[in-house]
Amino acid sequence: MSYVFSQAVNALQLGSIYALVALGYSMVYGIILLLNFAHGDIIMVGAYVTYYAMTSFHLHPLVSVVLAVVMCTLLGVVIEKVAYTPLRSAPRLSLLITAIGVSFLLENGAQLIFGTDTKSMVQEPLISGSLTLGGVSITYAALITIVVSVVSMIALTILVQKTKLGKAMRAVSEDMGAAQLMGISLNRTISFTFAVGSALAGIGSVLHIASYFQASPMMGSMLGLKAFVAAVLGGIGSIPGAMIGGFAIGIVETLVTAAGLSTWKDGVVFAILIVVLLLKPTGILGKKITEKV
Amino acid sequence: MALLKVDDIHVYYGSIHAVKGVSFTVEKGEIVTLIGANGAGKSTVLNTVSGLLHPRTGSVIFEDKDLKGVAPHKVVERGLAQVPEGRRIFLQMTVEENLEMGAYTQPKSTVEPGIADVYERFPRLKERRRQIAGTLSGGEQQMLAMGRALMSKPKLLMLDEPSMGLAPILVEQIFDIIRELHEAGTTILLVEQNAEAALAVADRAYVMETGKVILSGTGAELMASDQVQKAYLGA
Repeated sequence: MSYVFSQAVNALQLGSIYALVALGYSMVYGIILLLNFAHGDIIMVGAYVTYYAMTSFHLHPLVSVVLAVVMCTLLGVVIEKVAYTPLRSAPRLSLLITAIGVSFLLENGAQLIFGTDTKSMVQEPLISGSLTLGGVSITYAALITIVVSVVSMIALTILVQKTKLGKAMRAVSEDMGAAQLMGISLNRTISFTFAVGSALAGIGSVLHIASYFQASPMMGSMLGLKAFVAAVLGGIGSIPGAMIGGFAIGIVETLVTAAGLSTWKDGVVFAILIVVLLLKPTGILGKKITEKV
Repeated sequence: MALLKVDDIHVYYGSIHAVKGVSFTVEKGEIVTLIGANGAGKSTVLNTVSGLLHPRTGSVIFEDKDLKGVAPHKVVERGLAQVPEGRRIFLQMTVEENLEMGAYTQPKSTVEPGIADVYERFPRLKERRRQIAGTLSGGEQQMLAMGRALMSKPKLLMLDEPSMGLAPILVEQIFDIIRELHEAGTTILLVEQNAEAALAVADRAYVMETGKVILSGTGAELMASDQVQKAYLGA
């Protein structure tokens, strides 16, 4: 029983991080039809910021966390302004290639600045200790990861459904031209979308290092790709889809690992991508194509 | 002084010369219509006025100010609203959210009364306020598109083919609404392929053909003109 419980916690913990990252992928795709492959690397930067803030500058954990989220948000907006805005009217392939280029830039830049070795925070974890309730125990890191992710997703849903900027995001993602005719500023709305997606990635990066203690230059690459699979599985462009996809990938990976096949877990995730693309390319909650009357 | 003055604009799509030196004016309180066949460049003219396209030469002057280099969302702030061709409402948003988007440039306090005004003019929209706009009928979608544009309290309302794809009874209804809006003091620039209906409501009209204005006059004059009768009214 406690084994099942702890595996369920692992699945939710991992899944909530994938979900947070997948949200950024999906939101950006929803608004400018770009698969932002640099998105995963933002998490890597956030993990390093947390690591150095805590271990080198001995900042309070909360200050470190805020710093990491702010840095990720700024980085996301700067990338959008510098790399993607000039290509607004360029073919989508140019945008995609640029995104891959930005990803390489961040990964190699990190190797240059931080070194190629893996930094570990095991000695000085962001969140330590665990909670025991009725014979089962759950680490605070897992508990906080799950709770913070769920709260972030609820906040995001409210933002997108109820606020003026959130509605503008939906309007731009549905029809850029018509949105402009409403007086909506494209630049502002797109930057805001990147800011929100990157802030979620920042939260994800902090939770990731709190859960798995490590920062390395290439960590964002695999995490980003799996979050991308999660976004596609849920239906790219769909916010609830990204959440469902993230948790689904977390559960699958944990199940595969629990079955003693941990070397297969990445393979299984990418097999899911292939199957989804073959059988239901729009994903679980993919946008319905509404016929114009 | 004209409210809107379009002066000798030339607009290109890449190397295609779509609008070749079009000039016209709209005075405050008027309904002016641009008529002409599909591909004459009428929508291109509207999109240029809205700032979505840029003239290579020539100018668009609104209230004595040149709109050169003004971003489309800023054009709306200055009081120019467009109901685009094909309505282009936000199909996945509710009716009320569509109206809220129309009021994007307006202060928050005026949104609610604005929505109430639109519901008064279009009671059907009020019945369907919580419905996803994609589920509305074509006529209702056109009403929503017009209501949405009115939310920005425009000084000039530009309508691009409001009758397109609608049943004759609905076309009549839409033109009744245009007349009502005009009587309420709204200045309207109407682009239409349905020349007969457009000329009947318009104070003045311009006929476009392959990127140029070939004729202009009052609605009644053009209605009586042989050229218009032959080319557009099927006489």
